[in-house]
Amino acid sequence: MDSARTTVDVSSLSLGRLRKQSRLREAVIQRLLLACALISVFTTIGIVIILVVQAAGFFRKVSILEFFTGTQWTPLFQPQHFGVLPLVGGTLLTAGIAILVAIPIGLAAAVYLSEYAQDRVRRIVKPFLEVLAGIPTVVYGYFALTFLTPLLRNIFPDMIVFNALSAGMVMGAMIIPMVSSLSEDAMVAVPRSLRDAGYGLGATRFEVATRVVMPAAVSGIVAACILALSRAVGETMIVVIAAGSTPKLTLNPLESIQTMTAYIVQISLGETPHGTVEYYTIFAVGLLLFFMTLLMNLFSQWFVGRYREKY
Amino acid sequence: MKNGSAFQRHLRIRQITGYINGTLFFLATLTGIIVLIVLIVDVFKDSLGWLDWQFITSYPSRKPQEAGLLSAMFGTLWVMALTALFSFPVGIGTAIYLEEYAPNSRLRRLIQTNINNLAGVPSIVYGLLGLALFVQALALGRSVLAGALTLTLMSLPVIIIAAQEAIRSVPESYRLGAFALGATRWQVVRNIVLPNAIPGILTGTILAMSRAIGEAAPMIAISALVYLTFIPVSPMDRFTVLPIQIFNWVSRPQEGFWHLAAAGIIVLLFVLLTMNAAAIILRNRFQKRTEE
Amino acid sequence: MVNNVARLEAKSLELWYGKFQALRGISLVIPQNQVTAIIGPSGCGKSSLLRCFNRMNDLIPGSSVKGQVLFDGRNIYAANIDPTEVRYRIGMVFQKPNPFPKTIFENVAFGPRVNSFIGDLEEIVERALHRAALWDEVKDRLHKSAMQLSGGQQQRLCIARALALEPEVILMDEPCSALDPVATLKIEDLMKSLAENYTIIIVTHNMQQAARVSDMAAFMMMEEDRAGVLVEYGPTSKLFTNPQDKRTEDYITGRFG
Repeated sequence: MDSARTTVDVSSLSLGRLRKQSRLREAVIQRLLLACALISVFTTIGIVIILVVQAAGFFRKVSILEFFTGTQWTPLFQPQHFGVLPLVGGTLLTAGIAILVAIPIGLAAAVYLSEYAQDRVRRIVKPFLEVLAGIPTVVYGYFALTFLTPLLRNIFPDMIVFNALSAGMVMGAMIIPMVSSLSEDAMVAVPRSLRDAGYGLGATRFEVATRVVMPAAVSGIVAACILALSRAVGETMIVVIAAGSTPKLTLNPLESIQTMTAYIVQISLGETPHGTVEYYTIFAVGLLLFFMTLLMNLFSQWFVGRYREKY
Repeated sequence: MKNGSAFQRHLRIRQITGYINGTLFFLATLTGIIVLIVLIVDVFKDSLGWLDWQFITSYPSRKPQEAGLLSAMFGTLWVMALTALFSFPVGIGTAIYLEEYAPNSRLRRLIQTNINNLAGVPSIVYGLLGLALFVQALALGRSVLAGALTLTLMSLPVIIIAAQEAIRSVPESYRLGAFALGATRWQVVRNIVLPNAIPGILTGTILAMSRAIGEAAPMIAISALVYLTFIPVSPMDRFTVLPIQIFNWVSRPQEGFWHLAAAGIIVLLFVLLTMNAAAIILRNRFQKRTEE
Repeated sequence: MVNNVARLEAKSLELWYGKFQALRGISLVIPQNQVTAIIGPSGCGKSSLLRCFNRMNDLIPGSSVKGQVLFDGRNIYAANIDPTEVRYRIGMVFQKPNPFPKTIFENVAFGPRVNSFIGDLEEIVERALHRAALWDEVKDRLHKSAMQLSGGQQQRLCIARALALEPEVILMDEPCSALDPVATLKIEDLMKSLAENYTIIIVTHNMQQAARVSDMAAFMMMEEDRAGVLVEYGPTSKLFTNPQDKRTEDYITGRFG
């Protein structure tokens, strides 16, 4: 009697029937699992279709030219203007401040953790930085509004309560772990033999870190920065709470602005009826946001694929 | 000796430069930690005196002294439970399919790239998807169910990636041994791969959940209410969640509400802390068991 | 040891990795402008000894050194000596070729750049590539990536990289073990020609190679407590034809190792 299969009772079945039963079950299971995998595909298709279809409702009433080149965004006031540039400007201003904060600190931390720190220090410090990434964004928004803004207003008396600088800085703090963790992964992947070669030529630790390791890890580091930027662009609650709701095209971080994400929240909180142009604006803006972040993510993947060194 | 040669070396300067920069790198690392500590201390200070039993068991109110978290807590519980119910099987199933069943084909790479991209989509976009698909098209209304489905879609990429990593870390030799004994693929997965991958899968899914708990943006987009004075009792009821309640309080100018927000944050952080601790404990316990 | 000036000398050298003693009581004198080979069975500490000569062991946490290594009479392990100072004058080539993922030119130029070289970089790079017998093969693609070279070419590039600093001593840690026989022969010829101007110390587990290229040979072994010791040291021809120590004889005749 066949006793290799311990999971099935063989005594009452012939071998032939056993094979057919389990073959059927295997096929069903495989189909089920494939269905699970396809859900993710449908999610993407769903996002694209919905955004495009609903945004079409918007573009039927508003010209694409006005949307992309207009410098005023006043869909809720008369006269209505639908130029999205102020929202894009607000998004880029806050995201720009965020990466100005996060990239130097994040890279420095990554270099420290991968090239200088002893194992013990690394094991304590890394979890702390991970915690920074796990804090909900409403908490960061609270912190920006109630702690950082009053602090900054002592330095900049002209600053308005809702401003891009507070929100941007706190966003920067939020994405530091992303920059540092991904960059550190890239640097740790550089093989020891390259460092040895650098030391063997009489370079100091700082020189090896900056002139051997970082250039060798550059593709991963650049990808990390682009992904962090993409995250900052898509961030919502921090800017909703602390950056304001006045769409304005400006480079002054002390002023109140509105980002694309904050606008969508503003409309969602309100009582805008369905089917109106104002309702469709959130999908038009959402579509633009989706494409911006998608392009950044795709670019970062392409960049790594093209420039990564194989060790 | 080579001292007279063209190599100036500037050893002293290089040493000093290296030292200064090394210190700067260390300080930068400290900055991240300092920000974290300042943030937590500040929130804690603001919440003193406002976090008490009455706070947890009351509904929100126009008077700060009487307001509480009750509806938000229940809303969060409902949504989390349903999200977990939907996302675990689908996420793990997808990971199993990709790692164990899918041949290394174009389709597989397409799905993989797709998942990686979905992980980077802003959460508010998922909210828009939920609004148009679940609330409108499927006519689920602004219900707990719609919220849970939205968060499911948002959490799936994170869960899938974590589960894939856990499954990949199971040594190939285990699988080969099982196949050699005549096991079918599903038997190998169920009896060999999954038990060994569970610690990693659990950790990943709990972490994904803890991210979803803190998300206000997608829930706002599907119009979870901001001011709710009842507890949802069925999946079709309207609801609100902790982060939205906190957001609502932060947005009010009266001073008392900011203290409420801080107290709410402490509760939220406490929930997150518990979940993460549970994830770590579970992982350690499972690891010990598989090592026996 | 005949009429050659001493360049490097190890005096009662001991190397510890934490509590584990890797080298014990090593004393030997390396003559100038000759090839000295360190041979012995695997694990006996040959590479560890080599790395003592340019203080690369300093990079391993927990390592410590007792005794002295004298370079032109001065102890390189003295408290006031910076290791980078040592490595600038004593170069190293590693077992597996490890060019930087930069261009060929940038690889060779790295050492001079980092050590604040003033002068014509292109001239120094060209000279180093000539001396490493690589110039003809790469002169038309100096600004292409070094990773596209073959294994043997990469190793010669690493030699050129070390030569660009005009070191006085070159340490080579099994430089041919990752290469095919043709590339190996090229590097062996290179070693012999380099010895006219540089002092070379090579570690090799290949006895025939040691016999081919070296003037002096040091035979090491691992004792029972796994510490490496120097068993015998002398001119290569004598060591191989008339070894004084039985352990040397056993190793050479292939009875172990």
